Amino acid sequence: VSQGAHPPPLLFCLPTVTSEQIEHLHRRFKQLSRDQLTIRKENFDSIPDLEFNPIRGKIVHAFFDKRNLRQESDGLADEINFEDFLTIMSYFRPIEMNMDEEQLDRFRKEKLKFLFHMYDSDHDGKITLQEYRNVVEELLSGNPHLEKDSARSIADGAMMEAASICVGQMGPDQVYEGITFEDFLKMWQGIDIETKMHVRFLNMETIAHCY
Amino acid sequence: IPSVSSIVPESCLLIVVGLLVGGLIKGVGEEPPILKSNIFFLFLLPPIILDAGYFLPLRQFTENLGTILIFAVVGTLWNAFFLGGLMYAVCQLSGPSLNHIGLLANLLFGSIISAVDPVAVLAVFEEIHINELLHILVFGESLLNDAVTVVLYHLFEEFANFEQVTIIDIILGFLSFFVVSLGGVFVGVIYGVIAAFTSRFTSHIRVIEPLFVFLYSYMAYLSAELFHLSGIMALIASGVVMRPYVEANISHKSHTTIKYFLKMWSSVSETLIFIFLGVSTVAGHHYWNWTFVISTLLFCLIARVLGVLVLTWFINKFRIVKLTPKDQFIIAYGGLRGAIAFSLGYLLDYKHFGMRDMFLTAIITVIFFTVFVQGMTIRPLVDLLAVKKKQETKRSINEEIHTQFLDHLLTGIEDICGHYGHHHWKDKLNRFNKKYVKKCLIAGERSKEPQLIAFYHKMEMKQAIELVESGGIGKIPSAVSTVSIQNINPKTLPVEPILPALSKDKEEEIRKILRNNLQKTRQRLRSYNRHTLVADPYEEAWNQMLLRRQKARQLEQKMNNYLTVPAHKLDSPTMSRARIGSDPLAYEPKADSENLPIITIDPASPQSPESVDLMNEEPKGCGGLPPSPEEDEEGLVMRVKEPSSPGTDDVFTPGTSDSPNNQRMLRCLSDPGPRPELEEGEPFIPKGQ
Repeated sequence: VSQGAHPPPLLFCLPTVTSEQIEHLHRRFKQLSRDQLTIRKENFDSIPDLEFNPIRGKIVHAFFDKRNLRQESDGLADEINFEDFLTIMSYFRPIEMNMDEEQLDRFRKEKLKFLFHMYDSDHDGKITLQEYRNVVEELLSGNPHLEKDSARSIADGAMMEAASICVGQMGPDQVYEGITFEDFLKMWQGIDIETKMHVRFLNMETIAHCY
Repeated sequence: IPSVSSIVPESCLLIVVGLLVGGLIKGVGEEPPILKSNIFFLFLLPPIILDAGYFLPLRQFTENLGTILIFAVVGTLWNAFFLGGLMYAVCQLSGPSLNHIGLLANLLFGSIISAVDPVAVLAVFEEIHINELLHILVFGESLLNDAVTVVLYHLFEEFANFEQVTIIDIILGFLSFFVVSLGGVFVGVIYGVIAAFTSRFTSHIRVIEPLFVFLYSYMAYLSAELFHLSGIMALIASGVVMRPYVEANISHKSHTTIKYFLKMWSSVSETLIFIFLGVSTVAGHHYWNWTFVISTLLFCLIARVLGVLVLTWFINKFRIVKLTPKDQFIIAYGGLRGAIAFSLGYLLDYKHFGMRDMFLTAIITVIFFTVFVQGMTIRPLVDLLAVKKKQETKRSINEEIHTQFLDHLLTGIEDICGHYGHHHWKDKLNRFNKKYVKKCLIAGERSKEPQLIAFYHKMEMKQAIELVESGGIGKIPSAVSTVSIQNINPKTLPVEPILPALSKDKEEEIRKILRNNLQKTRQRLRSYNRHTLVADPYEEAWNQMLLRRQKARQLEQKMNNYLTVPAHKLDSPTMSRARIGSDPLAYEPKADSENLPIITIDPASPQSPESVDLMNEEPKGCGGLPPSPEEDEEGLVMRVKEPSSPGTDDVFTPGTSDSPNNQRMLRCLSDPGPRPELEEGEPFIPKGQ
């Protein structure tokens, strides 16, 4: 199926992508990498539509983030191979009918962890006010005429809301350090991410592989 | 003890009321009125549909559009043909009483009765608060099946007159479906764009903004009906298209007006429809045929259930969020028939359809059954099956940020995969919208406002209004936590403003709302006339502010002039008043207007101590006439007349700097002559005072 690499064992034990999908992704990988074995950050520049995306920096970064690649180390990889590419793509699998409660919960946590890593750019496990401001600024980066203050105040307001959801009432001298992963989970409780965060074409009949 | 309204849905009660009224009228000996199709289609139906279309939750609707379309089109077609065919078989088999009803007549009957009715669905589903997915599925289906119904109805009606139905006719009929539905949507979109464009220029005539929304939508409906296109789809399309642009252009008050008027009209229409249904039942000529009616009822239910089951099996192959059996049950059970079916049946011509009365009886029976039995039992069934109910989530800024982030992320992933999916096209549409459409249809700087900022402004405004309406700025609602900016960013000074840098208009708008609500009592005592309403204070805020400041300065000038007029000139108070009154704009406001004494005036009490004092001082200084009674009544010429709009009072700060001003004025009055510093050309303003 793929040249040289069989998919990592982790991918197999979850209901997974089919061989057709792997074929398709492999073709795309080869296109992006210009027939090399690995992709670097620069290769993503060749995608024209990605230019308009306000958070393209964060998306590309996420591909190279070692935490997403399920590697124990931290930091950024310089290049990724097809295995890693598939690993990242697997975060966007759709939900399956036959998943039980525990699988569903793990599924959801995985996706939210991916998102969390995107927000938390300095890898310290917390989304600080500055990082959140950064996120909002990037989201609004498509509007050059906006003042800096607007993004900042929106982020501040959102952070305050997050603090009030996660901690509740706070005294005037308590300081809310940042959004941890547990708080992040709380914030997303209302939104069913498992149905929203998927890419449609990965939803074909799946064959569960298991080693 | 459960109240009646918790068991019986409102629609049922209204039909019962109609029955009673109809019975009463008949009992008296009069002929009860029947719901004429004319009135129904032209006046009663549009408000309900417009209300539904204008407030359609677009996100869920587009996400489930495929499912909705399949249910609406394929489902209705299946229902119509299944029912029509089976009824024909029944008619043939049941003997001489029904034998004469042809296939086409039966198919026509099937097409009338098979459409799920939006009015009935709305009436029942509103009360059970079911989760948004199911609500939008059933409701969307009831809206979109109008095209199918229109086509089938006209088709079979025409065919019933033909001697022979050829293949060409059938193919043309099939094509006409596309014309009817797409044409209706097209008409709606055109009118929606025109309405949005009109609203761009309404900043000076805010009062009639709501009118445009209603007018253009109704015109879309009428235009579509004129050409036998689907009026309901035109109405929905126009509401959906115009809404984002109109809401960005119109004032806050107009938005509220539109909302309340739409809700009001649709409530009234709905009530009238159900009552009339009841009355028409009593009034109509009925022809009861057991076989026909019972088999209609039976086959309706069977057709609905089968249709939903088969279609869901098919749809679930393509859906991410599959429809569970519970969902399917609710969808099938929610297929209520209503007044549209009745009106369509009523439109049938006696000449061609002699069994019209029987049809009407059967239609009414089905309507009654679905509305009463299904309507009443759906609520306990929903509870029994533990179907997910609507979540009362408040839209928060966090959610908005996350949703937008997710959208962009998924679009990015799709681009990386090279897959042109759902998100890719949505993103392209949004960019097109932002780049071209918004510039044309939204006035001023709001055309460039990104969605996140617009959302934030809306939330801030809502919070400001809530805060004020909950009884003043001092009282913090318990829902708001005590988290402040200190808690998240201790380095910031407490005075850092939390509100984003709002544009001038927005700031004024918020300030006006706050001030407005704090002065509610005073406002209520004033009577409005049409012409004062035209200048909406929110929008004219800036100009009004300047105007008032100007007026205040003029008044201050007048006062100073009055006071610095040398006392020995011995003007009678009347003369002075006349002079001041005659040249209101004699003086231009000086640049250093801060040096002018602030007049402390309390408009509510004309007989304030200050004014009386001054009047008393005046004769002392000039040795003039005692103040005439009228002057006392009037107080001082400096008294501000009725504020022309709310919020004038801010210019006159009450209660500050009483004594120094008084003293200054006294000094002016007792001054025997003109001040040496006064120059000829300049207005009479004391320098350096």
